[in-house]
Amino acid sequence: MSVAMRRPLPLNILATVFVVFWLFLAAFPFLWTVWGSLKVESDFFSRESFWNAIFGVRTQLETGGQFTTAGYEGAWVTNAFWKSAINTLIVTVSVTMISLTLGTLGGYALARSGHRYAFWILIAALVFRAMPHITLVSGYMLPFFQLNIWGHLPTAIIVLVAINQPFTLWMLHSFFLSIPKDLDESAMVDGCSRFEAFRRVVIPVMWPGVITTGLFSFLLGYNDFAVTAMLLNQNNQTMIPKISSFLGSINDAGNVMYAVAAVVSATVPLFILVLFFQRQIVSGLTAGAVKG
Amino acid sequence: MPHKTFLAFILPSIVAMLLFIALPIVSVAVQSLFVEHQKVLLTVETCQPLGGCSTETRVDSEASAKLRAEQPLGQFNGLGTYFNRAHLAFDEIGEILRVNSGLGDVAARIYDLPFYRALAFTLAYTFIVTPLAMLLGFVIALAVNIVPALLKGPVIFFSLLPMIITPLIGSLILFWMINSEGIIGATLQAVFNDPTLSLKASPVLTWATLFVYGVWTNAPFSFVVFYAGLQTVPGDTLESAMIDGASRWERIRYVVMPHLAPLATFVALVQLMDNFRVFEPIVGFSAQANATSLSFSIFNDLRNQNAQLYGSAGATSLLTIAGVVVLLMPVLIRTWREHAHKS
Repeated sequence: MSVAMRRPLPLNILATVFVVFWLFLAAFPFLWTVWGSLKVESDFFSRESFWNAIFGVRTQLETGGQFTTAGYEGAWVTNAFWKSAINTLIVTVSVTMISLTLGTLGGYALARSGHRYAFWILIAALVFRAMPHITLVSGYMLPFFQLNIWGHLPTAIIVLVAINQPFTLWMLHSFFLSIPKDLDESAMVDGCSRFEAFRRVVIPVMWPGVITTGLFSFLLGYNDFAVTAMLLNQNNQTMIPKISSFLGSINDAGNVMYAVAAVVSATVPLFILVLFFQRQIVSGLTAGAVKG
Repeated sequence: MPHKTFLAFILPSIVAMLLFIALPIVSVAVQSLFVEHQKVLLTVETCQPLGGCSTETRVDSEASAKLRAEQPLGQFNGLGTYFNRAHLAFDEIGEILRVNSGLGDVAARIYDLPFYRALAFTLAYTFIVTPLAMLLGFVIALAVNIVPALLKGPVIFFSLLPMIITPLIGSLILFWMINSEGIIGATLQAVFNDPTLSLKASPVLTWATLFVYGVWTNAPFSFVVFYAGLQTVPGDTLESAMIDGASRWERIRYVVMPHLAPLATFVALVQLMDNFRVFEPIVGFSAQANATSLSFSIFNDLRNQNAQLYGSAGATSLLTIAGVVVLLMPVLIRTWREHAHKS
């Protein structure tokens, strides 16, 4: 960098202070909740002072230790949060796999079609993408009750896949556009059919885009509340509706701490996801923007 | 690509979208034209040997259930649901416009109607949170761009958390902190020396809290996109602007911002769509007393304890979809023009 581009010291300090401040805003709520989940309710929601939550005064009195895992026990063992965790695992993994399978096929077709209707399909997908999920949910409920398929995991999975399709199509469509046409066309010149060209030439090079799109499909399934809360029965509840049902019985003592522990537990997979896939998430966010 | 191959590739995806997105919209439209059955009432006269006779009216649950089974949609109501008090409320609005004491009174009374209440919050949330979050994201991006490399990694890592966190979980985490017994709530009480201060109590504070949550969770997206954009700002242009005597601010204003403008359009579009469906924060913050959104009203109708109000939910859903289309209109028109221009 040239000498003239050098910044004055106060500006550097100001920027650093601001960045540290933002870092604090972004990270502190999570750290605080993780810490508080290991305390008793009267510490985390202290009537006296928040220092109690830090030093665990009541926790020491009530349990004899600095930390307690009572909240986690209550959530995972007593309230069978493990069952919801398994349901969430089933739902998110299935949603991701099916979304990607349908999405790669469709996205590839849209990227290579060149016909006018491909454009209109993408525009329709954009409108579908913008629709609040709950508006669709209200359309599902009556038919699903009539067909007697309400409440089961496969129903929720297929609905989430469909809701996810517009986004997946857009993302993979723009990704396939960045793979040179010549690649599969030369395979076809060599005698492959379109499907063979797709299988032998395109599939081996598409994984970076598929992994990035898969991360966002996973997030959609994992973060969903509207669909899973309305379409699953009590036994098949996933984690997010389960947490909201903890809140329904909030007046029973200790229940809040179950919810706090469950919230922390449900955050852990997201934390791990960012830890390992930070680069892919960032590239996914910017890919859509740059190609716009 | 021949039509046949195209169809073979895209069919599964199209079928999924038609069955579970397009068809439900039709289903919602049909539902909204019907209204739940009235309970079948039965008048029974019971005579006691000594006390004389009394008539009582009971709900005939058997007949009600039978009626529901025969016509699960309910009674045909036409567009009645759209115009009733819980939705567009034309009668009530006419009345308010006829008899009122000033503009404030009109606004306050319209705000009392459930649909307009939800609409007001949804629009306020969409159009206040989106620009604020973009501004914050832009400033963070500018700042991160000039801090030592050591800080950049952790900042990007932790910035992603508020964005990808499940909305319900993110709002619960903040809700517990602003609780009057939580760290922020208690501190605010101490600072303002007002032990009754509660962010949940007044509508203004509830709205403000939800907006703060919205900015917190939306800003990282703008930050990441703008930060990536900043890496591609042409250095030559910056340098020549500087040689021409442009100040630091002028360089941002006349070089960086025009360079990022297309990205800003993209971010604004995505965030407007996402914020318009605001729903989970209201559940997480238990804010329904002071703030409801269109999505939340639909949820509330479907969750109704006594009888699920499909008709009402359907009408609100269709009005919401109309809102989405209006919101997207500029984009659709622009895309259509560009497309027509190209071909």
